[in-house]
Amino acid sequence: MTAAIDVDARSLRRIARNHRLNRWDVRFSPYLYISPFFILFALVGLFPLLYTAWVSVHDWNLIGGQGDFVGIDNYVTVLSQPYFWTSLRNTFSIFLFSSVPQVLLAMGIAAFLDYNLRAKTLWRMGVLLPYVVAPVAVALIFSNLFGDRFGLINELLGGIGIDAIRWHVDVIPSHLAIATMVNFRWTGYTTLIFLAAMQAIPRDYYEAAIIDGANRLRTFWSITVPLLRPVIIFVIITSTIGGLQIFDEPRMFDQAGQGGANRQWQTLTLYIYELGWGQRNFGRASAVAWLLFLVIIVIAILNFVITRRIAGSTERRIRTKGKR
Amino acid sequence: MKRFPRTKMAAVVAGAASIALITTGCSAGTDSGSSAGGDVTLTVATFNEFGYDDLFAKYEEANPNVTIKHKKAATSNEARDNLTTRLAAGSGLSDVEAIEVDWLPELLQYSNQFIDLASADVDGRWLDWKEKAATDADGRLIGYGTDIGPEAVCYRSDLFEAAGLPTDRAEVADMLGTSWDSYYAAGEKFASAGTNVPWFDSAGATWQGVVNQLENAYEENDGTVIATENPEVREAYDDVLDASSTLSAHLSQWSDDWTASFQNDGFATMLCPGWMLGVISGNADGVAGWDIADTFPGGGGNWGGSYLTVPTQSKHQEEAQKLAAWLTAPEQQLSAFASKGTFPSQIDALASDELLGATNEFFNNAPTGEILANRAAAVSVTPFKGAKYFAINDAMQQAITRVEDGLMSADESWAQFETDVKSLG
Repeated sequence: MTAAIDVDARSLRRIARNHRLNRWDVRFSPYLYISPFFILFALVGLFPLLYTAWVSVHDWNLIGGQGDFVGIDNYVTVLSQPYFWTSLRNTFSIFLFSSVPQVLLAMGIAAFLDYNLRAKTLWRMGVLLPYVVAPVAVALIFSNLFGDRFGLINELLGGIGIDAIRWHVDVIPSHLAIATMVNFRWTGYTTLIFLAAMQAIPRDYYEAAIIDGANRLRTFWSITVPLLRPVIIFVIITSTIGGLQIFDEPRMFDQAGQGGANRQWQTLTLYIYELGWGQRNFGRASAVAWLLFLVIIVIAILNFVITRRIAGSTERRIRTKGKR
Repeated sequence: MKRFPRTKMAAVVAGAASIALITTGCSAGTDSGSSAGGDVTLTVATFNEFGYDDLFAKYEEANPNVTIKHKKAATSNEARDNLTTRLAAGSGLSDVEAIEVDWLPELLQYSNQFIDLASADVDGRWLDWKEKAATDADGRLIGYGTDIGPEAVCYRSDLFEAAGLPTDRAEVADMLGTSWDSYYAAGEKFASAGTNVPWFDSAGATWQGVVNQLENAYEENDGTVIATENPEVREAYDDVLDASSTLSAHLSQWSDDWTASFQNDGFATMLCPGWMLGVISGNADGVAGWDIADTFPGGGGNWGGSYLTVPTQSKHQEEAQKLAAWLTAPEQQLSAFASKGTFPSQIDALASDELLGATNEFFNNAPTGEILANRAAAVSVTPFKGAKYFAINDAMQQAITRVEDGLMSADESWAQFETDVKSLG
């Protein structure tokens, strides 16, 4: 009797243990599987981030290394530098000139590629081609277009009697030129992301809408755009992060690479480079890097909230229509 | 064809292997002992073209115990980044590191990272000012001079002719005179002939010529920054901008427009250090009429040039110093000049027939060797370049560009220059 009870108790314990293991397996395994990313991120993302914060509160020379602890002095100094604010302005301006048209254009191109075109793959590969070109090469090609005196665009403008645009002198033209390079490179990439998302939309929706008498434009606005919501949010956030960190194009825009004599097109990343490697002041460069990080976080959150609200409202409209 | 019997073959292989073992054993032993005479591998880092490729082979032949590994960076900037990064890391530098005079001052603050190369063998080998520039405050010589950039004036004789000015290089030298005023006056004469071609390429490039003639332009010898209070600097700034308003092509040097203007009659003269001759003949390919005058406004001037240093990180400092001394000896520098046109900084090389006889076909067969040697001899001022020289001069160049581009008046731009210099602090 007692033996039987013993056996029962043992097997019960075993079953309980197996249950527990199973539960742990279910509960913790997913975390284990994704942990390589986070371990890698901690090493190459989080550590540099925190180390930069550590550097930013010290006097720190590129060669001389760590100096005295100075607290928030570096932050106070860079915030009082006019070039910091100029480069913040430029960063936003170039970001807006590049990201906004880029997202709109990419969505339009993707919508066309989503139709039944002849030689589909050719067109789809075609839009990605500029992405393969290295940014420095893009800058070299475009510098031929945007030369102040002997550039192609100014020669054409001169041909029809318009004054030459001073691409490397005036603020807005220089931003437009840089944004053009960025867009040239990234529009195709964004297009393909949109295209992939559009192809995941069930065709039934379109058929139903067309039977109901909706035209192409109407189906685009009322079906495609609302259903792309998560992808739009993703693209806008990634292009914000990328757009606020533009470096190669403005750096290659002229021979000095500092963003112009009056910092007409100096972005925050260029400013970091100037402080860190030009003046060799790593403390201040790190302070700017952290400020840029904070700016990006704030903008990303803003973006998220705004795009959610906009996309959300259209979705609600569809739902209410559906209920009716 | 006769074939080795198997046994003999094996013996040969075994023998060769044992010899190899012995030699590697030897080299390992001497490496750690670092005594002279053992086998060493020396790495040499240079950039652009130093013209050393043949010389390395020659040195290895004369010193069988030395193997040289050459690391060549494409540009001086790349070499600078590489050097600073490894200096900061504390390891990874080559045994011999080439450095350019532009970033020599910022390295002089860390002169204890380089060994003192002064020795009786090389005493008086270089032009005084070349050697002085690489000597730190304690009198240690951290670099052996390689080449220099003595400046002359290059001009377009065809445009001069069109404006009714003399074209022969001796007469042109007389007309340009030896002061900045006479150089600008010649420009006004050229402009008044109505050719509609600017006199010089860029106010920034002209500034480079002017500022290299000021002894303490931006900093006192103790490193105190005086750039914004120095009346000499302000005066020179106003002079250059004054002249530039009527005479400059308002191009910024090295920009795409500047390069393109060589093919478009962009300007009639430019200040040209020796190494610039190659740049001009490259950019102005197919344009006839370039010539070079044996004069320079305001006395002599030097722009650019390099040094060889031995970092204290090197494990073979003695051997490295020997190699650097050999490479920078007059005979070797002349051979580098012959192969790549790097103009020697060694007194003996400057007097050699080989150098003085050199001519340049593109510049109307001008005796460029002789002219540049004269220009090197005319350099009398060693501008003091401290730790902040590079950054301050950069800010100054931007101040000048702002006025050239019409973004600001000279006074506004100067005010911003003052802020910029202050923020370097």
